[in-house]
Amino acid sequence: MKPRHKRFAFIGLGLLVLGVATVLILNAFQSNLVFFFTPTQVVSGEAPQGRSFRIGGMVEDGSLVRENDGLTVHFIVTDTAKRLPVTYKGILPDLFKEGKGAVAQGQLGVDGTFVASEVLAKHDENYMPPEVADALAKAKASGAQQSKSLVVPDGRKGSL
Amino acid sequence: MIPEIGHFALILALCVALVQGILPIYGAAVGNSGLMAVAKPAARTQFLLVLTAFGCLAYAFADKDFSVLYVAATSNSQLPLHYRLAAIWGAHEGSLLLWTFILTLWMFAVTLFSGHLPETTRSRILGVMGLVSVGFLLFMLTVSNPFERLIPAAAEGRDLNPLLQDPGMVIHPPMLYMGYVGFSVAFAFAIAALLGGNLDAAWARWSRPWTTVAWCFLTVGIALGSGWAYYELGWGGWWFWDPVENASFMPWLAGTALVHSLAVTDKRGGFKVWTVLLAIMAFSLSLLGTFLVRSGVLTSVHAFATDPKRGLFILVFLAIVIGGSLALYAWRAPKVGLGGSFAMLSREGMLLANNVLLVAAMGSVLLGTLYPLFLDALDLGKISVGPPYFDSVFVPLMVPAIFLMGIGPLAQWKKASVPDLAKRLKWAFGVSLVSALTLPIVMGNWTPLLSLGLLLAIWIVTTSAIGLRERLAHVNGNSLVERLASVPRSYWGMLVAHCGIAVFIVGVTMVKGFETEKDVRMNVGETASIGDYTFRFDGTQDVVGPNYTAARGTFHVSRDGRETTVLYPEKRRYPVQNQIMTEAAIDPGLLRDLYVSLGEPIDDGAWSVRLYHKPFIDWIWGGCFIMALGGALAISDRRYRLAWRRQEPVVPVPTRTARRKVA
Repeated sequence: MKPRHKRFAFIGLGLLVLGVATVLILNAFQSNLVFFFTPTQVVSGEAPQGRSFRIGGMVEDGSLVRENDGLTVHFIVTDTAKRLPVTYKGILPDLFKEGKGAVAQGQLGVDGTFVASEVLAKHDENYMPPEVADALAKAKASGAQQSKSLVVPDGRKGSL
Repeated sequence: MIPEIGHFALILALCVALVQGILPIYGAAVGNSGLMAVAKPAARTQFLLVLTAFGCLAYAFADKDFSVLYVAATSNSQLPLHYRLAAIWGAHEGSLLLWTFILTLWMFAVTLFSGHLPETTRSRILGVMGLVSVGFLLFMLTVSNPFERLIPAAAEGRDLNPLLQDPGMVIHPPMLYMGYVGFSVAFAFAIAALLGGNLDAAWARWSRPWTTVAWCFLTVGIALGSGWAYYELGWGGWWFWDPVENASFMPWLAGTALVHSLAVTDKRGGFKVWTVLLAIMAFSLSLLGTFLVRSGVLTSVHAFATDPKRGLFILVFLAIVIGGSLALYAWRAPKVGLGGSFAMLSREGMLLANNVLLVAAMGSVLLGTLYPLFLDALDLGKISVGPPYFDSVFVPLMVPAIFLMGIGPLAQWKKASVPDLAKRLKWAFGVSLVSALTLPIVMGNWTPLLSLGLLLAIWIVTTSAIGLRERLAHVNGNSLVERLASVPRSYWGMLVAHCGIAVFIVGVTMVKGFETEKDVRMNVGETASIGDYTFRFDGTQDVVGPNYTAARGTFHVSRDGRETTVLYPEKRRYPVQNQIMTEAAIDPGLLRDLYVSLGEPIDDGAWSVRLYHKPFIDWIWGGCFIMALGGALAISDRRYRLAWRRQEPVVPVPTRTARRKVA
């Protein structure tokens, strides 16, 4: 091979590697984005079924119920406009409290309950997670303050 | 009074930094040695001034001076002295001061160990560092002053975040910053070379040890941070691909590429332009990392809105440093020259492939970290990029890089031949393949990833062994010890650092493959088993710490009926911020960690409890420390010591005048 051809081969190979890497990266990127939804959006059906996403809002006062195994908990996340029931099995983070903001990642169950695989509360005592602050502000702006509807089948309500 | 002295010292430091940033660079451009001579004393004065400021802030913390806003915001009279001092870098303003202090410390080191450099080069290097320092000092003095007064003074401070009250957090930030800021030396070398237009092998030899030192500190800093996340956050993970972690990992990837690219420039005079670009990249990413973590932009891009001046300053500063140096690069790089040619299959070729892969990995981390911020800033919705993305991108990119890592050191410079390499490496490959396939079966759990991880780790070790054996055959000496001793330390350094990667990979692979985790409800006296270990919960009792109260659980751990250890995890409450914190209890070991953390009290003294059995997890951090040790070995090599000892007169006069002419 002449040096010129060699250089072309070099550049070609480099571009090929970069191209493969880019395709790999973008593909993984596309399938691993986690979107954030407010309780209002979830209740109105904007959130996807069968795909993991995040929700955020305030943990409603007095809504935390613990099952007998000591690990499974049920609580309600609200953005003051709509309320979304959440189930989580595991140990809650230290900063998780009723009346405080929380963010959870998981999937929407068929019955409209959000099944969390992870509950995040990385903020400190006085700090509101930005997503939660946003969700609350949005709900306020839409003026749907009064509605306290819980979009869960009646049979399910009793267990909460 | 003391805080005002600190403030005043910072103002003086800014003036000195301006002088240091302008006069020597101008002097080097016009060949005025009087102006160039300003660099050294200016850098030392600036160091003393920033040291004074740092000391003043430390004094304010030690003295519990709550009339200083920053002290009141990040400490408390109940906080023990060592944590009060660590609180200096507990938040934004103080960590910027630490950054600047370390920058001047590096400058001071440059003035000490640059006797062998031509004067033009040295004054340009110190000048560039002075300009960087101008940016940071201006930032502190205009929008984030650590000495700002709080009038009237607070009666009591708001306390340091309990998560940061930990020995790991005391040393993690200084180590990390030593690494970040250390890349400023490599950056300054690169800019100096661009300004001067001459970039030869000597240039690479000078900047190599600086870059390696910075890289070592960064490696240790990241490992400490990861270790802290493991035992302090109470979740047992060691890496979360959190933006804060990514911010420190990106400069590390670029820095690792730089270390390798410098080796080629040093030994073969190749990759010159690329090396310069990497030096600029590593430092730019360090700056980006510092600001990402410390500006609050990660918690929310709208945090900028609460103090738009800060955000604007940061953006402008980043634009000037990155844009300016890239513009200079575009303008001057053609002058620097490409360096020698080489075949695709050669040590250079493999190092180039390694560099491309490392940079691609860095790019993927950058994309995953910044994309959500961009979307949020443009109000296009909130997203987050989870660990699955990073895992699925990172592993495929790193596998070929690590495979090449085994071959590269054995390949010849300029041109290597496949049959020759295959002949030398067939044993290493056979051994790694067979053991990687059989080991997991022996351990009782075969998965493809487990085999892949072990294959890579054993591949690194066996190829290193072959490299060492071949090396020993070529050195003089009668006994084995003599011959081992005559292998240069830089070669040992490379072997050790590469084996560090192997240790790290073993750690990651074994933890992923064999860890067990259990969340259980435990009544007093109840037992739970995990792995071969049985944990008995003996209830909790209340204990009182210096600035917290805690419920401390007692767990007796036994294996085959014999007691292994007793673990005391705590649930602490820090009254000042009314914050609850989980303090996990860990029984570390070479082959496994046992990990217990308390969840929540349930009823009748029962608690929800999280138990972990983590095989080989300490190898993850062990591997990082071995890597850093390898770097330390490499810079203790004889040739660098000789270079430092060699004083000005030894440099032949003709080359010096020639250099000045080029400049």
